[in-house]
Amino acid sequence: MRGNRFLIQDYLFHKVSLFFALSVLLILCGVIASLFINAWPALQAFGPGFFVTIEWDIIGGQFGGLIAIFGTVISALIALLIAVPLSFGIAVFLTEKCPAHLKQPLGTAVELLAAVPSIIYGMFGLFIFAPIFADYIQPALAATLGQIPFLGILFSGAFNGIGVLCAGLILAVMILPFIASVMRDVFQVVPPVLKESAYGIGCTTWEVVTKIVLPYTQSGVIGGIMLGLGRALGETMAVTFVIGNAHKLSASLFSPGNSIASTLANEFGEAEPGLHYASLFALGLALFVITFIVLGLAKWMLVRMESRQGVKS
Amino acid sequence: MMTNINQDLYKRRKRRNAIGMGLSVAAMAVGMFFLLWILFVLLTKGISAIDWNMFTSSTPAPGSEGGGLANAIVGSLMMVVVSTFISTPIGVMAGIYLTEYGQNNRFASITRFVTDIMLSAPSIVIGLFIYAVLVAQVNHFSAWAGSIALALIAIPVVVRTTENMLRLVPGSLREAAYALGAPKWKVSLSVSLRAAQSGVMTGILLALARVSGETAPLLFTALNNQFFSMNMNAPMANLPVVIFQFAMSPYENWVDLAWGGALLITMTVLGLNIIARVMFRDRLKK
Repeated sequence: MRGNRFLIQDYLFHKVSLFFALSVLLILCGVIASLFINAWPALQAFGPGFFVTIEWDIIGGQFGGLIAIFGTVISALIALLIAVPLSFGIAVFLTEKCPAHLKQPLGTAVELLAAVPSIIYGMFGLFIFAPIFADYIQPALAATLGQIPFLGILFSGAFNGIGVLCAGLILAVMILPFIASVMRDVFQVVPPVLKESAYGIGCTTWEVVTKIVLPYTQSGVIGGIMLGLGRALGETMAVTFVIGNAHKLSASLFSPGNSIASTLANEFGEAEPGLHYASLFALGLALFVITFIVLGLAKWMLVRMESRQGVKS
Repeated sequence: MMTNINQDLYKRRKRRNAIGMGLSVAAMAVGMFFLLWILFVLLTKGISAIDWNMFTSSTPAPGSEGGGLANAIVGSLMMVVVSTFISTPIGVMAGIYLTEYGQNNRFASITRFVTDIMLSAPSIVIGLFIYAVLVAQVNHFSAWAGSIALALIAIPVVVRTTENMLRLVPGSLREAAYALGAPKWKVSLSVSLRAAQSGVMTGILLALARVSGETAPLLFTALNNQFFSMNMNAPMANLPVVIFQFAMSPYENWVDLAWGGALLITMTVLGLNIIARVMFRDRLKK
């Protein structure tokens, strides 16, 4: 009798926990479906051309997502360009160079940097960083990099502080700790024997890092970078404060622009049901699909790293 | 001759090492510099705004003097607590499924994959989703919608930590319970989950910290409310959205309040993170 009751209870427990696990998948499907349904009017009206059209005319009812998509991608790429070398340095420092008693506190400090809410980065960027950026860094960049033919146009224009480049820099500080902690974690799985043998034949620390650790952890490192990219693409608050929120496409990185997330944050509250509303959903859909692919690749890279580790050890 | 070449090579390698290591120390210094800079700015700008008034009076009307953040603080607390109550059971049960039933099964590995992606999915899209399925259907913004949006962000955090912590429970413990004739649900809940208790708590605390600072999903769900309200069915003030609106405003006392709120929220989030880490450090390390 009792055994029977246990069987039923076990069956129920299995199904209930299965249901909750399933709910995670259902949420994902729900997100995609609801974005798609709400974006449908815009996709129907403008076709796939929506994603490559520059025009964003709220009054005229003409919408295209190119400016926002462009701003999102450019600011995220700037962020990566700066954050990747820095986080590599931090990870190398924490695994190879750091005195043992500082490892724990410094590692925690990096993780705390990751925990600071993104709106704080936004405020910091707008009130503190942008003025300094406009007064010192922008003139310096214009005077140096701005003088290079062709490339110079990226660093031309008024020194406003806020703009695409500023958004990229704030994003870089934001994703720095994410990438750094993934890199540190994957560096730590390198078998000590490998590193010790390299040191044993007289390698310098730098040589061990670039010739032993980096090749061994390659896919994990790329996974960490993609994870940072995913974060940077979808970030809302930090970008909205400093990107300038202007629907303009311009060659200069100093000029204000817009990203998908900042467009949503600024316009969705006031959007009337209709094409504007649907176009914003279409932008949201584009953002979700892009980040999903990037994060999926990141995860795949990290899993590859883990399975390799399983084979070796 | 030979020694000369070797000397050159040796020097070059040494130099390269010094440069590489120097740059890595510099990178660490840059990271720490930004953390300290942000905290310093928050403290200097925020402390002056924090006074008793901030906790007792509600957000001021445009143009009026004074005012506080009482409504936003209470609203944030309510929504975060409600979202924790929603996300904890879902996340913990899903985590139990993944460890107890999902060792080698396709569905579980897909769930794991999706959870990891949802962990970093853009939070503003979650806001859009809740707007579309909830707010647009009932035609008004509400604190419930805000709480659910926050819960959706917290769930993946809880699922992942619960699973990782349950994995650390030694198999022999489970086997011992099975040997006594305990059914699987009892083993999962009273043995595995209890053994991993402190780890699971860490996950919930981390989710709490993550959710407390989220702004984007609340913009289109809970919206904001200038007045003190505890009605979960109506728009509710909350710290992140108030900070966003006040920081962008032209009124000086609003910007000051935004800094005060920013300091409050950062200290809460960092505090929760430190508590989670320090209290359960040994567990996390294993």
